[in-house]
Amino acid sequence: MLTKRIIACLDIKDGRTVKGVNFENIRDAGDPVELGALYAQQGADELVFLDITATNERRKTLSELVNKIAHHINIPFTVGGGIASVDDVSLLLQNGADKVSINTSAFKHPNLIKELSSEFGSQCVVLAIDTKREADGNWYVYLNGGRVKTDILCIDWAQKGVDLGAGEILLTSMNNDGTKQGFALDITQALSSKLPVPIIASGGAGTMDHFRDVFEFAAADAALAASIFHFKEIAIPELKRYLTEKGIAMRL
Amino acid sequence: MKLVIIKYNAGNIQSVLFALERIGVSALVTDDPSAILAADKVIFPGVGEASTAMNYLKERNLDQLIIQLKQPVLGICLGMQLMCKSSEENNTQCLGIFDTTVKAFKNPHALKIKIPQIGWNTIFNLKTDLFNQIKENSFCYFVHGYYAAICDNTIASTNYGKEYSSALQKNNFYGTQFHPEKSADIGEQILKNFINLTV
Repeated sequence: MLTKRIIACLDIKDGRTVKGVNFENIRDAGDPVELGALYAQQGADELVFLDITATNERRKTLSELVNKIAHHINIPFTVGGGIASVDDVSLLLQNGADKVSINTSAFKHPNLIKELSSEFGSQCVVLAIDTKREADGNWYVYLNGGRVKTDILCIDWAQKGVDLGAGEILLTSMNNDGTKQGFALDITQALSSKLPVPIIASGGAGTMDHFRDVFEFAAADAALAASIFHFKEIAIPELKRYLTEKGIAMRL
Repeated sequence: MKLVIIKYNAGNIQSVLFALERIGVSALVTDDPSAILAADKVIFPGVGEASTAMNYLKERNLDQLIIQLKQPVLGICLGMQLMCKSSEENNTQCLGIFDTTVKAFKNPHALKIKIPQIGWNTIFNLKTDLFNQIKENSFCYFVHGYYAAICDNTIASTNYGKEYSSALQKNNFYGTQFHPEKSADIGEQILKNFINLTV
């Protein structure tokens, strides 16, 4: 039986993990390779490396980092952040990334999804969507890391992305992100029931039951979290044992 | 031991190379026929689309070369699918090594599955030395929208909506639908087992 996936996300800037992390078992928590390897060893099912570097050097530093990660980590990983062209993706895949996530660039140039899926296959194209529920009760797409609102509904953009060849949707609810009050169940459920591709829920994880809820009640295929893992509020082995006890299929 | 990875437009060549490095094995990535023929073991990777990959192989006569190989050959993911008779992915005629065809996963709503299958699933009914020391129902990492049906060559099965072949073997040819290069410790053991195979 296919399991639900637990995904750890690491934010990267200039080749280093951004969020301050305090781990006893590793020498350098700022080293994405070492931290990623630790999560892999603890049973994370996948890793996401999100690059927020804004310098001209980013393309080179990121591809070098991806190469190092790919040497050391024996589970799949996705790379995202500022990816805007077939060449960008080609460089990352050549260096060993399994998938890439695209966000604002795909919204501005939807054909990018089509180009990437026909060139490299849908399986490596993750469409990341930042969404926010407005006062009218609808979920809208936001761009540029949540700074720019659009008039497009999340569900419509997700459907279009899948039609163009996206193989997975990484859905982040801005209303929930950082709150530790749980994932956005309604929009996750809406996407999961409508679209044929896997949905990764992101934003809001604070307790182990939040993961249970998003798998049980929102039919998420994977759940992603960052700070609760980094700050050891929830340990991945404990989380996976708990979810298994609650009847959710996990890789142990 | 000379290990060769067939160089073609497959997406996971680098990942396979890195995984081999992690288990202390070096490999040559090449499309040179004489080097491939002279290898002790050959890995035929694959991530991508079937008809594009088959055309690429044909243009370089690699299709004829692969079917002649006598040493152990391991096809991975699309590599395994290309070793079957045909694929529903753009109605592609394949190499015809394994006695089965590749079909598309369909009816996601009725079967309550997502397409493509992405993630960790179990392998069972394990046969051959490729699965030495691998326990029944071990988890491996899968990413695919097409599958090979169960047949006489099936040496591992997986359930996703229905049972299908997650590994195949005929004579010196082996194939895995899952990605051993991305399947953590289990995958590394399977790669080691392939390296240690004797024909």
